[in-house]
Amino acid sequence: MAQLIDRRPNAKGKSTVNRQRFLRRYKTQIKKAISEQISERSITNVDSGESVSIPTRDISEPVFRSDQGGVREGVYPGNKEFARGDRIKRPEGGGGGRGGKASDSGEGEDDFVFEISKDEYLDMLFDDLELPNLQKNQLRKMTKSKTVRAGYTTDGVPTNINVVRSLRSALSRRVAMGAGRRHRLRELEIELQALQQEPGEQGERRAELIEEIEDLRERLGKIPFIDTFDLRFNNFVQRPEPTSQAVMFCLMDVSGSMDQETKDIAKRFYILLYLFLTRSYKDVDVVYIRHHTQAKEVDEQEFFYSRETGGTIVSSALEMTRDIIKQRYPPTDWNIYAAQASDGDNWNDDSPICERLLSKELLPLLRYYAYVEITRRDHQGLWMHYENLLEKHDNFAMQHIREHDDIYPVFREFFRKQVQ
Amino acid sequence: MSKPISTGAEWTFELIEQYHDEIANIAEEYALDTYPNQIELITAEQMLDAYASVGMPIGYSHWSFGKHFIKNEQQYRRGHMGLAYEIVINSNPCIAYLMEENTMMMQALVIAHASFGHNSFFKGNYLFRAWTDAEAIIDYLVFAKRYVSDCEERYGIEEVENLLDSCHALQNHGVDRYKRPYPVSMREEQKRLKEREEYLQSQVNDLWYRTVPRKEAEQEAAAKINFPEEPQENILYFIEKNAPLLEPWQREIVRIVRKIGQYFYPQRQTQVMNEGWACFWHYHIMNALYDRGKVTDGFMLEFIQSHTNVVSQPDFDSPYFSGINPYALGYAMMTDIKRICTDPDDEDRRWFPDIAGSDWQQTLDFAMRNFKDESFISQFLSPRLIRDFKLFSILDDEEQSELEVTSIHNDDGYRHIRHVLSNQYNLSMNEPNIQIYNADIRGDRTLTLRHVLHNNVPLAETSVEVLKHLHRLWGFDVRMDTIDAGGEITRSESVPD
Repeated sequence: MAQLIDRRPNAKGKSTVNRQRFLRRYKTQIKKAISEQISERSITNVDSGESVSIPTRDISEPVFRSDQGGVREGVYPGNKEFARGDRIKRPEGGGGGRGGKASDSGEGEDDFVFEISKDEYLDMLFDDLELPNLQKNQLRKMTKSKTVRAGYTTDGVPTNINVVRSLRSALSRRVAMGAGRRHRLRELEIELQALQQEPGEQGERRAELIEEIEDLRERLGKIPFIDTFDLRFNNFVQRPEPTSQAVMFCLMDVSGSMDQETKDIAKRFYILLYLFLTRSYKDVDVVYIRHHTQAKEVDEQEFFYSRETGGTIVSSALEMTRDIIKQRYPPTDWNIYAAQASDGDNWNDDSPICERLLSKELLPLLRYYAYVEITRRDHQGLWMHYENLLEKHDNFAMQHIREHDDIYPVFREFFRKQVQ
Repeated sequence: MSKPISTGAEWTFELIEQYHDEIANIAEEYALDTYPNQIELITAEQMLDAYASVGMPIGYSHWSFGKHFIKNEQQYRRGHMGLAYEIVINSNPCIAYLMEENTMMMQALVIAHASFGHNSFFKGNYLFRAWTDAEAIIDYLVFAKRYVSDCEERYGIEEVENLLDSCHALQNHGVDRYKRPYPVSMREEQKRLKEREEYLQSQVNDLWYRTVPRKEAEQEAAAKINFPEEPQENILYFIEKNAPLLEPWQREIVRIVRKIGQYFYPQRQTQVMNEGWACFWHYHIMNALYDRGKVTDGFMLEFIQSHTNVVSQPDFDSPYFSGINPYALGYAMMTDIKRICTDPDDEDRRWFPDIAGSDWQQTLDFAMRNFKDESFISQFLSPRLIRDFKLFSILDDEEQSELEVTSIHNDDGYRHIRHVLSNQYNLSMNEPNIQIYNADIRGDRTLTLRHVLHNNVPLAETSVEVLKHLHRLWGFDVRMDTIDAGGEITRSESVPD
C-alpha cells in the first residue's frame, strides 16, 4: 500500500535560504544595478520591488565542456529529401552539430534578470546606512508606553477573567477538597456491597453505612463548582516604549530660479529620505513647506508641481517649521527630521538670519537636518553660512547635487554608517 | 463491466488511493517489481523548490540553487515554462511528487508513470543497482546537509561556499565509472567520518613528508616514479585523497559533492530507457484500466491526448525540434521490442533472431535490467523504427564548408545510423576526456591534467575558470595539456599563469 502524504501545507520557502545566499553573494552587482536604476525609477512608484539585471557571465558556474567545432556526427529525425552523400549548406548560427542542445548548455551573453521584493530592494538600497544619533536619542526619550500582557493575577475586573485558567483552578480545588471524602465513600460502598451479599444479622450496621454514605454524598455535593478563590484574571502592564513616530519636514525653494528639473531632483531625494525613515519608524508624517519670499504649508501635489515666481527668503520657511513644531509636533513625542532643497539662491541679508535660526532654535529640536543644494553654479551666501553650522552641530549636514546621478551617492553620504 | 472509479476531473485523496490500488494490481499482473511507494501532493511553489534542488527533498544550502530557483521562478511566472506533472526520486520507499493542479486523469497517469514505471526501473536497472543506494540516499542527504551547515558555523559561510563552488565545477569529473561504491547508512557514515578524517590526514602527511630532500641518487630514482601511477579520471576523488593543503572537513565536503554527483550519474546514462520504460508502462496500465471498465471514455481521451503529446517527435526542420525526444525514442523502442516478440516479420527474424517470437514481458524485463542508453540503442534499434522516425545522420566537419549526409533510412544506412545514435548517448564520448596525469610530488607540486582531443572537438573557454577552481583545491600550480590524436601536445594552460 502506498503512503499518501499531503505536503501542501508544508512551508514553501524551502528555497529562501538559497535565494538569500544568491542575493548575498551578488550584493555588489545588485547594489550597483540598483543605484544605476534609482535615477530612472518612477517617482510615484515607491511601493514595488525592483527588477535587477546582472550580466550572466558574472554568475555562471564553469564546467569543462566541449565547444563548437571539430568533427561531429549526429542523427536527426524526419528525413524528407536527403539521400546518402548529399551535401548541405551549414545552417546559420553555429555548426549545427548537436542541434538545440548546443545552445542549451551554452551561456548566452544575455543579462540575468530577476525581481526582488520591496523589502529586499530597500535593504539593498539602504544597506550600510543608519539614522545618525538614533539610539542615543531614543534611550533618552522613552515617552510612549504600551500595554502588554504580563501573565495572570488573582484579582481584576470581570472583563479580564481568563475562563480557562479559572476553570482549571476550580477543577483542581474540587479534586483537592473532595479527595478524602471520596476515598471514604468508596470504602463504605465496598463494605456495603459485601454486607448485602452475605445475608445475616447486620441490619444495624447496614443502616449506619447507608446513612454515612448519604451524608458523604451530600457533603461532596456541597463543594462549590466555582469559587471567587478560583478566579484568574489576565494581567496587563504598561511598558515604556521608544517613540516610533517621526515627522519629516520637506522645505523647498519654489522661487523663479527653481526649474522643474531641479524640483524633480529634490523630489527624488525626498522620496529616498521618506523610504529610509519608514524603515526605522512605524508612522512617518510629512510636512511640506515651500517658500519664496513667504513660506506656506502645502500638500504634496502643490509642493512639487505649482510654480511661483519672486525672490527668495529662506528664513521664512525655517520660521514656519519652528512654529509648526511648536504647535503640532512636540519634540518629546516626535522624532523630527528636516530636509531642505534649494538652488542656493537667497536674499543676501537673510542668510545670517537662517544660520542663527537653525543654530539657536531649530537644530536643538531636530534629530537631523539635511541641506541639499541643487545647482551647477558656484555656491552662494547661504552655503557659506551653513558651513559655519557644520562644526558646531553634528545633526546638521549639507551636500551638493549637480545632476540626477548624484542623488543616491549624496544620500548615502548623508547617512553613511558612522564608524564607532 | 465494473463501475468507473471516478467520472469528474477533480481528484481527492480517496480517489488517488483507489487508483493507486487498482494500478498496483495491474502492475503486479505485469510482474513489475517496485519499491514501496510514497506519494506526496505538492503545490506549484513547492515544485519550483524541488526543481532548484535537482528534485531532491533535502539539500545543503548553496547560492547556485538559489540562482536556479530564481531563474525557474521568473520563467514560470512569465509563462515561458510549464512545470512537470511529477518528480520521482530514486529512493526506498520511492518518493513521487504530484502537482495539485493535475486533473484526476493526470494523477492516475503520473502514478502509473512514476510510481510504477520509473520505480521499477530504479529497482531493476543494473546501473542504479550498482551505483546508487536507494535505501541510504535520503539519510545521506540529511547527513550532507547537516555536515555542510556545521562547517558553515565553524568556518564561515564564505569559506564553505568557495569550496563548494570549486567542487561543483568539477562535479562531472567526480564519478567512478568502473568501481562500485558500497552503501552505508547515516550512522555508519558518521562513525566512519572521524576515522576517515584522521586517516586521510595521516596519509597525506606521509605523502608530503617524503619530500624532505635526500641524497641525490635516491632523489633521481624517485623522480622517475610518476604519481599517480595511472592517469586518474576521477578528479574529485584524487583531490579528496591527495590534495596536500585541504583540512579534513574540506576533504569531507569534496566527498559529499562527489557522492551526490555519483548518485545522479546513472540517471544521465539511462534517460531514453528510463522514460521509454515509464511511458510504455503507463500506456499499458491505463489501457488495462480502461479494458476493465475502471475509467470512462472521457478519461481515456484525455489520457491519449497527453500521452501523444509526450511521445511525439518533431522533425528536424520543425520549429519545435530540440533534439531527439527521449520519451518518443524510448517509448517507440520499448513498444517495438514488444512487437518484435509478439508479431515478428522476416526482417525482425533476420535482425533479432534471439528475441523474435520470444515472451515479450521477459524480453522487456531483460532489456530494462541489463542496458544503458548507449548499449540499449545499439542492441535494439530496429530498421523499422529507423524508417518510422526517418532517421538520417549528418557529418559536421569544421574543415569542410558543407555538412554531409552520411546515411539515411535504407539498407545501407541502418547499421551506421544505429552506431551514430548509440554514440550520441555515450557520455564518455561526449564529455571532454580529462584526466589527472601527474602530480609532481617530489618537486614543485604542480598538478598536470591531460585533455585528450576526441574528433578535434575543442574545450570551451570556461575551462580556464575550472582550472582556477582546481587550483584552489589543489593549492599549487595546475597545468592542463591538450593532446591531439597523434599524442602531440597542442595547447597548454596553466593556473596561475
